Amino acid sequence: MSKCSVGLIALSSLFLSGAAIAQEKIKVGVTATLEGTYTVLGEDGMRGHLTALNVLGKKVGDKELEFIVASTDATPDSAVRAVRKLIEQDKVQILLSPLSGDEGIAVKNFAKTHPELTFINAASGAQETTYVDPAPNFFRYNMDGAQWQVGLGRYAYDTKGYRKIATVGEDYSFIYTQVFGLVLEFCGAGGQITNRQWVPLGTKDFASVIAALPDDVDAIYLGLGGADAVNFLNQYQQAGGKAHLMGGSIMIDQTILSSKGNAKNALVGTIAASGQADTWDDPNWQKFVKAYQDAFPPNKRFPSPSLLATNYYGSTMALILAMREVNGDLSNNQAKFKEALAKIEIDAPNGKIKLDANRQAIGTNFVTEVVDDGKGALFSKVVKVMPNVNQTLGYDPAVFAKIGLPSRTVPECKKY
Amino acid sequence: MTRFVERHPARALIVIIAIALALWLIFAVWPPGLEDAIGRKRVFLNAVFNGITLGGLYFLVASGFTLIFGLMRNVNLAHGSLYLFGGYVGYAISASTGSWILSFIIAFILTALVGVLLQVVVFRRMEGQDLRQTMVTIGLSIVFADLMLWACGADFYQIQTPNWLIGPIELPLITAIKSSGEPVYLRYPLVRLVIFAASVVIGVAMWLALNRTRMGMIIRAGVDDRDILAATGVRIQVVFVLVFALGAGLAGIAGVVGGTFQSLSPGEDIRFLLASLVVVIVGGMGSIPGAALGALIIGLAEQLGSVYIPTYAIVVTFLIMVLVLAVRPQGLLARR
Repeated sequence: MSKCSVGLIALSSLFLSGAAIAQEKIKVGVTATLEGTYTVLGEDGMRGHLTALNVLGKKVGDKELEFIVASTDATPDSAVRAVRKLIEQDKVQILLSPLSGDEGIAVKNFAKTHPELTFINAASGAQETTYVDPAPNFFRYNMDGAQWQVGLGRYAYDTKGYRKIATVGEDYSFIYTQVFGLVLEFCGAGGQITNRQWVPLGTKDFASVIAALPDDVDAIYLGLGGADAVNFLNQYQQAGGKAHLMGGSIMIDQTILSSKGNAKNALVGTIAASGQADTWDDPNWQKFVKAYQDAFPPNKRFPSPSLLATNYYGSTMALILAMREVNGDLSNNQAKFKEALAKIEIDAPNGKIKLDANRQAIGTNFVTEVVDDGKGALFSKVVKVMPNVNQTLGYDPAVFAKIGLPSRTVPECKKY
Repeated sequence: MTRFVERHPARALIVIIAIALALWLIFAVWPPGLEDAIGRKRVFLNAVFNGITLGGLYFLVASGFTLIFGLMRNVNLAHGSLYLFGGYVGYAISASTGSWILSFIIAFILTALVGVLLQVVVFRRMEGQDLRQTMVTIGLSIVFADLMLWACGADFYQIQTPNWLIGPIELPLITAIKSSGEPVYLRYPLVRLVIFAASVVIGVAMWLALNRTRMGMIIRAGVDDRDILAATGVRIQVVFVLVFALGAGLAGIAGVVGGTFQSLSPGEDIRFLLASLVVVIVGGMGSIPGAALGALIIGLAEQLGSVYIPTYAIVVTFLIMVLVLAVRPQGLLARR
């Protein structure tokens, strides 16, 4: 019943930070959504982070990395508060933050007020964070929400034969970005989006939203996460919903696929796209899954790491490897470290990752389908692997800029 | 009723027209022009039903809150914690025994016991000191929230709906006429109807208990004047404990209900505390019919708002509260 190990580790690392010993320490602040709707996502993110520390170790030459954790609740102000606290009270030099889309935009803007420090995005995936007016000291080693949808629109149109779909999503930047990616590809292929519904983050009662779902569509796309997704599925089942479903990256994820109860069974057969697929046979991925499983007892983790664990693992990995490259040299406003971060190419569990000129990841994307493993556990099975996905999704940058920024109504459903 | 019509004929007319319009919207087959203007009837009917059933849940939480306030004049800001505690107990019981009904009974008993403890250990020691009570209950709600986070983790839990309640039923309300002339009836989740029916039964039972029994008479007398009641020889402390137990138990039941058709997670305690505060402010502090009316208004506002003005849905409930505070600060159905 208790899943508090992460919280305890966070707490104990807070206490231990007071008792620093002789060895020189490099302080790194970490934030995760350990409160609110996205709690489960934050907890698994921290598991990914700790797995990376297990695998790579905390030593950098004769120095040691020290991590201080702060909690947020997916709102931008909570993220800025946590980051400010880490910088001003705990005197961290590097930040591994934040987890969620709106938080990312806020922390990126905040990063500009501290040009001497380095910010490494932990898992947030709003497009605007690195696409519009990027901060020179903000690095993102995971793809954004639109990149994570690459391949889904085509697969739905060509293979599944869906022509008309409707979307339901949480009303904030990350889901806007996800729907952006989906709409561009699906409408580009000739599909139609009849209706886009937006619900506030933290909605509990979806009954009216479910009633308003159109029934003359081939499938319904769900861009929900955490508690919202579970609530939606539960009420969808009670209302007797039977439509074909498509899922966003945090909807079809172990955070939802291993939730309690049987409402999640509505997801079997759902197609989705994400920066990872649970059953990928790549040895590097399998090694990561094994390390994650070994690091925590089965009742304190998911059967397989979630997208958040993978992102936190990747960003922690980039931090440690770049830090080792410069041997912990943070002199001159961390100039060498930043340079190393910008250049580094990491062999992340979910494929090779390198950064573009905006310090935004170019990586691998996966189209998946939810399968039951026969014992009642649900996993995302790889359907298609799409390497080298960049932020402009393969569009010419000038064309891409004309589409506009992801929002409730952008992009329009047409071929760009 | 007749007096209201005599005193305010204009207002009464408006109310009657509004009721007639609402009934027409619910029962009539919508003409095509109307469907174009405000969307399909199915969506509207669902939103109305959802609002009413959500109001049922809010009533369960708020009735205990308002009862405790009415009698003892203490604002129990740990009421949300009792809700969440009841929900977790219900989850544990239903997960281990598989019985949904049993989870209600045990959740009621255990939260009632916590309520008794609260009353005896905390409130009795600071009777009549409003500010102190408020501060202590805020503190307690934080402590409870952290204890529950420690025990249950931050995961979200859902109480399994029993099989006979899963799925929708058809209601004899026509939402549309097919081109073949065949009527389409409204399909609605059975579990929400059952829960609403249960909250109506609880509400009516409470009203009867308050208005038709000796105990209810004592409680009503206590609401009016505590000191005189104590002076007549009634053992007022026993009454306090009983009422607190009942109010807390109702919050526990509401927790099971909320865990069944929504979910349980840290933060729900604050959400429901806030909801019950808004409900009793709108309905009138200390009034059971007020809590019912307030819950209905807030539930409907939330659901209709989320369908027709999704962007501003969150503001609507607070707008209603502001409006009530401005026009009738004591609440819609408060006596004083």
